[in-house]
Amino acid sequence: MSASVEELKAIESPAVVDARGVSCPGPILAAKKQISGVVVGNVMEILATDSGTLKDIPAWCRKMGHDFLGSFEEAGAIHLFLRKAK
Amino acid sequence: MSKKTLIVFSGDYDRVMAAFIIANGAAAMDDEVTMFFTFWGLSALRKTDGAGAPSAVKSGLQKMFSGMLPKSPEKLNISRFNFGGLGRSMMKKVMKSQNVMSVSELIATAQEQGIKMIACTMSMDVLGISKEELIDGIEYAGVATYLGEADESNVNLFV
Repeated sequence: MSASVEELKAIESPAVVDARGVSCPGPILAAKKQISGVVVGNVMEILATDSGTLKDIPAWCRKMGHDFLGSFEEAGAIHLFLRKAK
Repeated sequence: MSKKTLIVFSGDYDRVMAAFIIANGAAAMDDEVTMFFTFWGLSALRKTDGAGAPSAVKSGLQKMFSGMLPKSPEKLNISRFNFGGLGRSMMKKVMKSQNVMSVSELIATAQEQGIKMIACTMSMDVLGISKEELIDGIEYAGVATYLGEADESNVNLFV
């Protein structure tokens, strides 16, 4: 986790996956489903409410070989960012 | 890509649910997953509410077993506080309000994700369950097939 909240918020038009209100394993299923539509090198943002995603999305990124950029919480939602690496 | 194998022996709703969450999670992490269903776990693969006419004639005892087993994944009992199905209904209500996927939704997702499901033919014979009574898209095999898959796997769970 390296990027600051300001840096994350400054990322322009990332692909957004809305997994709010979905419980485990919903968020990683949604991430897996939508990552295929993202161009390598581009950023994907995952919106979630399940607090487990704070650990799960970084773990998913490590396994899948994507770069996890960081997360922040705002207005009851968790925003998680990753860069598709392959 | 690595491989995961799970043996689903239990026919408890909560245990089967845990098995499918792990399996679906692994598949979402690009792992190849094989689930081997034996004994009570076979109930999870039954078509909804006893659909599918059995092809072979069942003996009296086989009829008794298959008749007493849960008729579909959503009819499985929870391992604690089931209270004749009342506890299960209450738990499902909470799960629904929390947007937790049901076992039948998890099974459908597992099939979409290409998770390999194998039904143990020996326990099917013992419990009087025929292929026609189980969902489509699954395989039928025995212990050697499972062991062959487990040999290539780096996580193996008995549920």
